[in-house]
Amino acid sequence: MPSIDYEDVQGLVRFGYGKMTEACYFLLLIENAFAARGWLKSAAVSSAVERNPAPNTAMQVAFTWAGLQALGIPRSAGTGFSAEFLAGMAGDESRSRRLGDVGASDPNRWQWGGPGTVPHVLVMLYAEPTLLDGWKQTIKGAQWATAFRELACLSTSHLDGVEPFGFADGISQPTLDWEQQRTPGGDDVRFGNLLALGEFLLGYPNEYAKYTERPLLTASDDPHGILAAAGDSGQRDFGLNGTYLVFRDLEQDVRSFWGFLHRQASGDPERRRWLAARMVGRTLTGEPLMPTADRPIAGVDSPHEGLNRFTYDADGAGIRCPLGAHIRRANPRTGDFPAGTTGFWSRLSRVFGFGGKRLEEDVIASARFHRILRRGREYGEGLSPDDAVKSAPAVAEDRGLRFICLNANLARQFEFVQNAWIMGTKFAGLTEESDALLGNRASLPGCSATDTFSIPQESGLTRRLTALPRFVTVRGGAYFFLPSLRAVRYLSRLGNETTSSRVASS
Amino acid sequence: MIPQSSFMVVAPVAAGQEEELRKLLASMNDRVGVVDPLNRLIPFGRLERLHFSRFVLLDDATLDDVTVYGGPRVRYGLSLAFLADFDGPADEFLADLLQRAGDGLRRIFAHCDGFAPDGNLLRWMKEREYRAAANYVNWRGRTMRQIREEAAVRNALVAHLRTQATAVAAMDPRGVRDMLVNFVHREQQAGRLPLTPEPRTPLGWRLRNVAHAVVGPLVALLLLPLLLLYLPLFVYQLRRRERSDPEIAPRPDPEHARKLADIEDHDATNQFSALGSAKPGRFRRWLLVVALWGLDYAARHVYSRGHLTRVTTIHFARWVFLDDKQRLLFASNYDGSLESYMDDFINKVGWGLNLVFSNGVGYPRTDWLVFGGAEDEKKFKRFLRRHELATDVWYNARPGLTAVDLARNTRIREGLERPRLTDAEIRQWLQLL
Repeated sequence: MPSIDYEDVQGLVRFGYGKMTEACYFLLLIENAFAARGWLKSAAVSSAVERNPAPNTAMQVAFTWAGLQALGIPRSAGTGFSAEFLAGMAGDESRSRRLGDVGASDPNRWQWGGPGTVPHVLVMLYAEPTLLDGWKQTIKGAQWATAFRELACLSTSHLDGVEPFGFADGISQPTLDWEQQRTPGGDDVRFGNLLALGEFLLGYPNEYAKYTERPLLTASDDPHGILAAAGDSGQRDFGLNGTYLVFRDLEQDVRSFWGFLHRQASGDPERRRWLAARMVGRTLTGEPLMPTADRPIAGVDSPHEGLNRFTYDADGAGIRCPLGAHIRRANPRTGDFPAGTTGFWSRLSRVFGFGGKRLEEDVIASARFHRILRRGREYGEGLSPDDAVKSAPAVAEDRGLRFICLNANLARQFEFVQNAWIMGTKFAGLTEESDALLGNRASLPGCSATDTFSIPQESGLTRRLTALPRFVTVRGGAYFFLPSLRAVRYLSRLGNETTSSRVASS
Repeated sequence: MIPQSSFMVVAPVAAGQEEELRKLLASMNDRVGVVDPLNRLIPFGRLERLHFSRFVLLDDATLDDVTVYGGPRVRYGLSLAFLADFDGPADEFLADLLQRAGDGLRRIFAHCDGFAPDGNLLRWMKEREYRAAANYVNWRGRTMRQIREEAAVRNALVAHLRTQATAVAAMDPRGVRDMLVNFVHREQQAGRLPLTPEPRTPLGWRLRNVAHAVVGPLVALLLLPLLLLYLPLFVYQLRRRERSDPEIAPRPDPEHARKLADIEDHDATNQFSALGSAKPGRFRRWLLVVALWGLDYAARHVYSRGHLTRVTTIHFARWVFLDDKQRLLFASNYDGSLESYMDDFINKVGWGLNLVFSNGVGYPRTDWLVFGGAEDEKKFKRFLRRHELATDVWYNARPGLTAVDLARNTRIREGLERPRLTDAEIRQWLQLL
């Protein structure tokens, strides 16, 4: 098993760059491949090495498939990238349907990433307060203007760890097993939060103890020997230490969200917050609705252990935390077997489908195969819940989340979570509702509605909120590949001196 | 109880007719992947006993795989398969089908070999009937009528609770239940919300079922000494093959994968059709026969109430031998997206799949018949996608209702009809609404 070389991994995989509160994302089209490679050659891409003192700026770079082709990556590399990456986030109507990108979120309406506006390169800049403008100039250098056309420069804002609806954000993240201490594969009866490196970086065993498909090149495609060897296959590993980056621009209608809750709560602020917490699964300050578990959970450590040490095992009916609460959908904290499976015999009877009381007990997939590492930032001005219920100003407002997540397997991780858990109207045996925050409320054949939210109560009766408006609209998005530093160097050296089959720069 | 039955016709497509047939089948769809339930050829929606149905051209792009074993290339002509899952005996369903869709079926089968337009359609179909080697029904005895009635009751109860929200807030759980029970009674007296009592199980079926349940294990018991004698040789034969059988799991052709994705996820439920060749030789052939027999037995006598081992998302599934057991067709109707279906397979029933599909050419390597195999996620998913067929027409009589929904609706009905419930049972019952 290869040990990790932090020097070769882009820093975003390891750090959120929390201290660098300023950030912006350039979406670029390559106008001149030669100049673009020249820029890449001198680009100071930040690695995952921990430095002391910590740097006060950082830069990361990622590419769409069109972008890699524009740089001249050998055609043969295409067979190793995931099919979802090659097709693109908005590449197929069927994908949009699965991701819930329909109606107002239809890619044809996107500001970027839809037909004709797919970027080639994503350059992400991070800086400590007041340093971003200077950092932009430093990064651009001489070749930028020749190399790229700026499709957009997406701004971000720092809302002090709170997302636009007003909830503390970024509390729960998977813990990566960087040192590969845990042996993946086999069954993990209980939920754990320590995950195989291969779930988030290519070139390492994943939760199935297998290697996720990754782009490999022939040795002749790497004449300078920049890339690492892929085992003893004789091939060169373009994928090693790289991963996929999902970017979605999510506009949040904060006034609609709190306005809806305001009406449901008959204007009572306390009640309003109570309902909002059911929808999210945490209070505004991040306290989970579930009590702290008795025993520790692998991979749930400080600083957020107090807010993360819980599962839903004791709350199968969703009385403490509604089954459809956002954080419960996004990570149901399930193990490989339903709650209460202990010992050999109980496990054996479970394997054959016995020993359960209700069918719904075992309908949610095991969480460890479906985790994502979130790295997004907010944009737009903050708006407190109390201000959000007041009348809106005449000027148009734009705020939301630049949702970014990393994963090694787009289909099994991001797309699965988005499709089966977030948008799924049948998640956990629910019906007639998708995610309270992110749901698109699109109709489904045979379902009378998809715009409800149910709050099971102790009495047995379920309280149902109905006619939820759409609070979140997708405004743009793309699948990027976040390459290793070696792969970036490789890309920067593509060009005349390599001779194999080459995709023409578009 | 009215048991469910299945029917399947496979007929070779006549030379030069493929394109016309594809066009004709496509004309039954509103758009790609979405059938018009009242289309002119087969108005599926008028067949009250019908649960699921499909037309699929058995266009197997993996036929050459079997040549890795050194045999000659085998050619099978293109065939059309028609499948249906329904309530009650096949003869009753077929009579209804022919009455409502005889002309449409004639137009479709006119593109097949040996079809005489003015011949006896029923006989023609029956001559081309293929019985399943294994058949799975999510909930034996739950008829379409029951599904419709129970869904209507559930929806009416939820709607009633909504209109009575203020009154309900002041009631205790028992009061709420009494109110709901009275509401349903009133509706029923007014001729709405019927809940037809469960019909008597046909005596012949019951006797056959008991006989089937007993005879299988009995025969196995009688053969046990022989099987034990054979065991060491079996282990040797199996392990030798497991070490050397080639895996064939290249990336599926992107165009094929796109076609499959186009027809998926229009409904909460999806269809899956897949076709592949069995590994050559008597050993695999008999292993497959025995594995499917065991699967069929378990589905019939053990897993007839809402789940197949841990999987609760399959409505109907069948495994059908074709071409003298040299090929196997798998067809199922399942809830959710294919990605979650495949994950369920790997994480919950990988062992069961291995038992059957490891006898298929190119399946990821297994260990001791049940281990490995599907656990090789990448290869397994590629294998499935590669063998999957783009179903031409698919009809689901209960769109938007998952198998879990159906089970819940049945529990709601049972709770309504039971005369006395404890407080805890009332709470649990109310939770279903």
